[in-house]
Amino acid sequence: MLIALLVMALLASLLVYRYFNLQIMQYENYRVQSDRNRVHLQSIGPTRGLIFDRNGVLLADNRPSYTLTVVKERVGDIDAGLALLQELLQVEAAEIEKLRQVLGAGRPFEQIPLKFRLSPEDIAILAVNRYRMPGFEVKAELARYYPQGEYFAHAVGYVGRINEAELKALDVLDYAGTHVIGKTGIERYYEDLLHGTVGYENVETNARGRVLRVLDRTDPLPGRDLILNIDARIQQVAHDALQGERGSVVALDPRDGAVIAFVSTPGFDPNLFVGGISGKDYRMLNESPDLPLYNRATMGQYPPGSTIKPIVGLAGLEYGVVTPSTVISDPGYYRLPNDRRNYRDWKRGGHGGRIDIHIALEQSCDVYYYDLAYKLGVDQIHEFGDLFGLGKRSGIDLPVERPGLLPSREWKRANRNEPWYPGETLNIGIGQGYMLTTPLQLAVSTAAIANRGRVLQPRILKSVSGEVPGQPLATQFEIKNPVNWDIIAGAMEAVVHGARGTAKGISRDLQYRIAGKTGTAQVIGIAQDEEYDSELIDKRNRDHALFIAYAPAENPQIAIAVIVENGEHGSSTAAPIARTVMDAYLLDIFPPPPEPEKEAEPETETAATSSGALEATARAQEAALVE
Amino acid sequence: MSSSDFVRRLPSSGRSLRVERSWVRRMHIDVPLLILLLLLTVYGMVVLYSASESSRDVLLRQGIYFVIAYLMMFVTAQFDLRFFERVAPWLYCGGILLLVLVLFYGTGAKGAQRWLSVPGMPRFQPAEIMKLLVPMTVAWFLARRVFPPRFKYVLAAAVLLLLPAGLIAVQPDLGTSLLIAASGILVLFFAGLPWVYTAVALGLATLSFYPAWLFLLHDYQKQRILTLLNPESDKLGAGWNIIQSKTAIGSGGWQGKGWLQGTQSHLDFLPESQTDFIIAVLAEEFGLLGVLLLMMLYMAIIARCVVICLNAQHSYGRLLAGSITVTFFVYIFVNMGMVSGLLPVVGVPLPLVSQGGTALVTLMAGFGVLMAISTEEKKITGH
Repeated sequence: MLIALLVMALLASLLVYRYFNLQIMQYENYRVQSDRNRVHLQSIGPTRGLIFDRNGVLLADNRPSYTLTVVKERVGDIDAGLALLQELLQVEAAEIEKLRQVLGAGRPFEQIPLKFRLSPEDIAILAVNRYRMPGFEVKAELARYYPQGEYFAHAVGYVGRINEAELKALDVLDYAGTHVIGKTGIERYYEDLLHGTVGYENVETNARGRVLRVLDRTDPLPGRDLILNIDARIQQVAHDALQGERGSVVALDPRDGAVIAFVSTPGFDPNLFVGGISGKDYRMLNESPDLPLYNRATMGQYPPGSTIKPIVGLAGLEYGVVTPSTVISDPGYYRLPNDRRNYRDWKRGGHGGRIDIHIALEQSCDVYYYDLAYKLGVDQIHEFGDLFGLGKRSGIDLPVERPGLLPSREWKRANRNEPWYPGETLNIGIGQGYMLTTPLQLAVSTAAIANRGRVLQPRILKSVSGEVPGQPLATQFEIKNPVNWDIIAGAMEAVVHGARGTAKGISRDLQYRIAGKTGTAQVIGIAQDEEYDSELIDKRNRDHALFIAYAPAENPQIAIAVIVENGEHGSSTAAPIARTVMDAYLLDIFPPPPEPEKEAEPETETAATSSGALEATARAQEAALVE
Repeated sequence: MSSSDFVRRLPSSGRSLRVERSWVRRMHIDVPLLILLLLLTVYGMVVLYSASESSRDVLLRQGIYFVIAYLMMFVTAQFDLRFFERVAPWLYCGGILLLVLVLFYGTGAKGAQRWLSVPGMPRFQPAEIMKLLVPMTVAWFLARRVFPPRFKYVLAAAVLLLLPAGLIAVQPDLGTSLLIAASGILVLFFAGLPWVYTAVALGLATLSFYPAWLFLLHDYQKQRILTLLNPESDKLGAGWNIIQSKTAIGSGGWQGKGWLQGTQSHLDFLPESQTDFIIAVLAEEFGLLGVLLLMMLYMAIIARCVVICLNAQHSYGRLLAGSITVTFFVYIFVNMGMVSGLLPVVGVPLPLVSQGGTALVTLMAGFGVLMAISTEEKKITGH
């Protein structure tokens, strides 16, 4: 028995040593491990900055929304978990496949959002089945919401789930706890301002990952609120004035480059993208022949047509190729020396025998400009157009913009490896041929005409949380004889107010003076012996209608460019849109909302109902939060 | 059995000397042992209260078990040692019958049938009862032989202990099976089994381990042994329990995190914190000092039991007392060893601290037997 006692004492000592070893010698190691067990550093995504229009109308809001998240390390069997999710919430199989990829890309122990904007039913189903789904959690958080819907789809843009490429490019620490990033428009361009700074909290969790209490917390810094130069009312007027046609309206303040309206139609509901757009919706948008996702204002490159004539005319005066008293005769066509080809005027039979620069601009006489362009040569047109910002990016505060094309001999040699032909110069003179401009460039160059040579960098952003960010860039160029400005400006006024002006149709009851220029851009070439007959031409191949203008002519406050794709006539299609916008901006005259019978109606209607439904859901969720 | 077995004769001498002590004697209570057991009970309840998330229900239920167990101890202590000797084989047969019944009618969880439900009685584990019956029976068998026992008796005793051990092993409950076999072997050892036998038995056991690994052990049992060797191999699976319990113990340090303050146990990281792994709760909340206090209480109880054993007059009493005492220690060692990662995880509760009824009642019945042995000394000196 004493031997047994001895053995027991020895074994007991062994146990004591074991506990001594664990508790004293390895204490530090196990203490850290126990803290690591219970304490988790959780990042708190900052609240994204809000976006307002110039009058404080909310354009991008954050609304409470319920999101299903998962920490994949805490899910025993991720496949079973996803299968259960599919069964409970009736998620499409393709969606589940996409979620699987999303899960693969996540950071370790990160709460990965699976499904945004859960309905109250979804939340109830998930709550009931919670015990079957360890690692899954329904989180209340703020989600982006665009109350203006389609109106600002291209200007404000939208946020969406961070994709793999973006994840590589951004500061991972700064985006811990944030799942969305600006994808297009202002949301993307000012991502740094809108995002804010990530916060952290140490939380105590139990073995199943449930957060029990917060130990300490560093609050996130919310993103900055942006105030835009755009006037939401004008934006709506411009959008509605396009009546569902494919087109674009860009309006600037020529005094400071502020963007007053920035419209590209058709638009889309940006709210669809916030939580990850469904495959069906995306296909519908992406495959629509109307290209609703395409931002025509900065990405659409169109031949400017006759809207280029004020600049070409000014170039002629500036380079001394013509004088204000130079007159030509317009028989309805123009011929180059040693060329039998007829360059036709848009008006059969021509504009008459004595055409000077004023009449040529007022009536948009092509033959005058054929002659002028021929005398100038392409390189002088290029040189002068470049001063107005044509053929290069305007530097607007949007993520993508196309430069358009202002051709020159050098350009053609470099890109086409061909010499320049004189006939091509004639086409440039009336804004056709190789020449391409974006609606934004047309607005910028129009503002430059209104400003007499002051070219402004257009700015959508007005201020950040009350601070005005620096002066917009502006360059001033001088011409030899400033009187030439008056000649061009006077002619542009005549376009609207003159007896034979091409846009005289919009001058009725006009309470201020508009200086403008119509344009009609050919989409397909018309053969020598053919006539343009819109009846015979497919709608998509009909001419684009353009109009540029600034007003009031004597004290310009707004410069505008309007393009209606396949709208045929600048004078009858594009010019009235410009006037509607200018009336709204200058006189606070707002047209009645579009009639229900009109073509544009169904689109706006669906947009309105879908945003209304969203609002209702958001409100229901808020109510649920309160309960 | 004759009725005289139930009648205890009063001590015939020294009755005038120790009147007050004789009251306790008559109740067959060993005071030092009782005090130590009560201290341990209180300590255990304090730990259990924390381990059960301050559940008064759990505490109340365990309190009731303790009352039953202490009553069991007092009742057991009243019996004449010869009575145990006489009824041991019958009880043993009954126990074997129950073990066979468990195989057919038993209920349980996780693929093991360990419990037996008899209508009108709380369900219980027959294997727990065998923990006491096996040493009693082996002691009964050997006490009537010459010490050291001859080889054929050793073999017969081996059959007596291997039969229940085997029945329990197929439930399957390897841990309990091994402990019961050990308690029987301890009786053999105290009966003076030559060292040669012990060495040969140990050698055979070691050799038999390899075929057992191949043919007998269940996958989960193999897993437990592999886990012991390398818990990091499967952090979230089989190794989880042992990593978490070691973390709980280690993070307790000298003084512990304080009562009810253990994070490992209260945040559900620690498995089975009220039953088999309760020592980890104690170690986390009361630190090494708490572990040492527990160990001192245990060793004091064992020391007292050894004294009782040494003072036992009959060889039967000595064999039984020695076996019960050492078995008690084996439980402690196996439980504390497994929770701290020294031994593979087998289902052995920490005596008098872990939650649970049957084991407690059996254990206290064992102490009752020891008290019976302890107080019988007087009667024999009185002859």
